[in-house]
Amino acid sequence: MRAGLRLRVWLGALLVGGLVLVAIFAPLLAPHDPYAQNLMMRLRPPVWADRGSWTHILGTDNFGRDLLSRLIYGSRLSITVGLAAMVIALVLGTTLGLVAGYVGGRVEHVIMRLAEAYQALPEILMAIVVVAVFGGGLTVLILVLGLAGWETYTRLAFNLTRSLRARAYVEAAVAGGAGAGYVMWRHILPQMAPVLTVVATLQVAQIILQETALSFLGLGLPPPTATWGNILAEGRDRLLVAPWIANLAGLSIVLLVLGINLLGGALRDMLDPQRLSRAAR
Amino acid sequence: MRYLLRRLLLVPVPLLLVMGFVFIVLRVSGDPVAIYLGTDATPEMEALLRAELRLDDPVLVQFWHFLLDVLQGDFGNSLQFRAPALEVVMARLPGTLELLGLGLALGLGLGVLGGIAAAAFRDRLPDMALTVISVIGQSMPSFWLGILLIQLFALDLGWLPTSGRDGWESAVLPALTLGAFLLPNFLMVTRASVLESMNEQFVASARARGAGTTRALCFHAVPNAVNPVISLLGLQLGRMMGGAVVTETVFAWPGVGRLMVASIGQRDVPVVIVAVLVVAVTIVLANLLVDLVQAALDPRIRAD
Repeated sequence: MRAGLRLRVWLGALLVGGLVLVAIFAPLLAPHDPYAQNLMMRLRPPVWADRGSWTHILGTDNFGRDLLSRLIYGSRLSITVGLAAMVIALVLGTTLGLVAGYVGGRVEHVIMRLAEAYQALPEILMAIVVVAVFGGGLTVLILVLGLAGWETYTRLAFNLTRSLRARAYVEAAVAGGAGAGYVMWRHILPQMAPVLTVVATLQVAQIILQETALSFLGLGLPPPTATWGNILAEGRDRLLVAPWIANLAGLSIVLLVLGINLLGGALRDMLDPQRLSRAAR
Repeated sequence: MRYLLRRLLLVPVPLLLVMGFVFIVLRVSGDPVAIYLGTDATPEMEALLRAELRLDDPVLVQFWHFLLDVLQGDFGNSLQFRAPALEVVMARLPGTLELLGLGLALGLGLGVLGGIAAAAFRDRLPDMALTVISVIGQSMPSFWLGILLIQLFALDLGWLPTSGRDGWESAVLPALTLGAFLLPNFLMVTRASVLESMNEQFVASARARGAGTTRALCFHAVPNAVNPVISLLGLQLGRMMGGAVVTETVFAWPGVGRLMVASIGQRDVPVVIVAVLVVAVTIVLANLLVDLVQAALDPRIRAD
């Protein structure tokens, strides 16, 4: 099992690291302008197919735009939205859970009942309502996906705070006259950081899947923006003549999300004491 | 009995949250008159709607009347179908429920069986294979899986139709897509839960009394591992609905989800709102059912 863990860390780091580099250096890596149309070069297949050429390594779409360049630029949007929305959910949810667990009483009651009710709501539906009314844009997308996932952190931070509060060093700090804010920030939050990191990592994968799904449904950034969901939706209409468009976009999504899931899962297993003791046996 | 009452009292809370959310989104988005009527409205129509929505009253009064309208099933007319929005949505509900039922039967059934198998063969080949499949499944966007299935079974092999809802053949690929979307989580939770209950004392004592591995697993470990799986079912209802929206869109399956997405394109806000509320009610009721089943199976929950 140790070998499996190491393999997952390396594979995950390779996929995520590689795709993050691709996103950062997109202008240098993309062989063409992702928005440059060329109607003479429509629906060219990838280089390994019969009529493929090295000019457009992964072929072109219905407007003659270079697919590789569009996929490279698409990675930027998915990674940006995934990280930004996760940070919103993490900060908001952790703060609420921390306060609820530390203060207790009526504050705890209100926050935790709200989190419970919120958990029962279908996130994608809320996203659909917001997009239906405001239209899809980068800010709307990040806010909607970020606000959809806060309650996971609230429940987690609440339970952890409750158990950490009873620790001797926390009581010592309180007895020594430390304020509530100081105790939460310096003594409780650092103790939960590892668990929060694991959950946040795995959540980025979920958010990216939701972002591509919204994009695929036509509720993300409007075309011609190069997002993986948009490319897949355009490819779906040309499955008979150009199946590579949809499939290469789908493959890009799987590689990124799989990489994050492998990394997050490996982190989780490394933190899980049960598994550690099993590995030590 | 007390549990039942307490649980029933919680039913309106998420519904109120959804309605409050929809109401706020509609009001802060600018002029509701423009949203409801579209661009070709006359001043008379605008004045009528303004009075009907009580836009000149305080916000809380507006929300109260919004709630009353919702309770009476009065949502206004669909802009694209020229019919009451509620009727338009309810006509599509059976399609969505059928898809959800089939997808859930596949995802839950195979997920639980796979999870038990993985736990039984822990750390051996079947377990590793099932775990790998689950991780890949969790990373797979369901719309791409649906499109791959269309390419293979509809376009290449020609065995099944690409889209629509016409006979059992057309339900196979959508049900598979939704089932595969739900399967990995059920598999992983079942596996973890069975492994945990196999470590319990009652399993050890059953084995000490001479129960074989299969007997200890099927009659002692598995029945006690049911609870987390049912909890997951409750937690997954919202995600399941999202999966249905995507699946319906991929396969042009005539359900509430596809109607919702199409109505956004048509700026048909009344239909979008009704669809969201109908789906929210479905989820809340399903959640209630899940909780009651769980309480019936596990006395510890009732006693709490």
